[in-house]
Amino acid sequence: MAQSVQSEYQQRVLPPRVSTFWWLEKGSYLVFILRELSCVFVGWFVVYLLMLVRAVIQGDASYQAFMAWSATTPILLLNIVSFLFLVFHAVTFFDAAPQAMVVKLGPNKVPGSLILAGHYAGWAAASALVIWLVVGA
Amino acid sequence: MAVRQHSEPYLWLLFSAGGVLSAMLLPVMVLLFGIAIPLGWIPVPTYEHMLGVLGNPITRLVLFGLCFLSLFHWAHRFRHTLHDALGIKGGFMAALCYGAAAVGSVVAAYLLWQVG
Repeated sequence: MAQSVQSEYQQRVLPPRVSTFWWLEKGSYLVFILRELSCVFVGWFVVYLLMLVRAVIQGDASYQAFMAWSATTPILLLNIVSFLFLVFHAVTFFDAAPQAMVVKLGPNKVPGSLILAGHYAGWAAASALVIWLVVGA
Repeated sequence: MAVRQHSEPYLWLLFSAGGVLSAMLLPVMVLLFGIAIPLGWIPVPTYEHMLGVLGNPITRLVLFGLCFLSLFHWAHRFRHTLHDALGIKGGFMAALCYGAAAVGSVVAAYLLWQVG
């Protein structure tokens, strides 16, 4: 009896104790944290891109040195992991778009599936444009 | 406190815009410059070609927007992840995250300006 009164008191007065590693307790929590951590790889690749730009500014030799560095095992592995996280980021971000965006066309609401399709079409077009600029043009 | 609450919607807007732009452009860029070219699936673009692509003002403007918004996307999400996952919070951490994004954006502007 005394114990249950005490625990009720704790629940009302004290904030519930959450383990630092609460996100390891359930699969969906882990997915949430991995999704949030994708931002680290977004940050990393911006730094990588700016290093590439700096190498191009410094001249052909620096550019070739950067390309050789990018083929070393640690950097290659880091970028393979980055690619997986960035695709995960893209898919989860686009999936949230129909909930985050309410687009009205006249009196009608544009259906969520169309908003989702629009994002994927934009993704495909942007990717094709980048490939064309780097490889094709 | 009042200042932070006031700035939150704007920071969220930067997070959201950065999330969309980075989702559209970064996967293909890491696939090309981080995997396909280093592994030799695609020949290394010539230096002249890279200089030509980066020399275009539109490329540099898009790259600046990408860097600026992606960095603020990182800052906002990282700050909230530190809070949610590890219980780390406070103005100092926020200042560190957004400050790093701001410094990164200035570096990006400086570098992209230099290409021309």
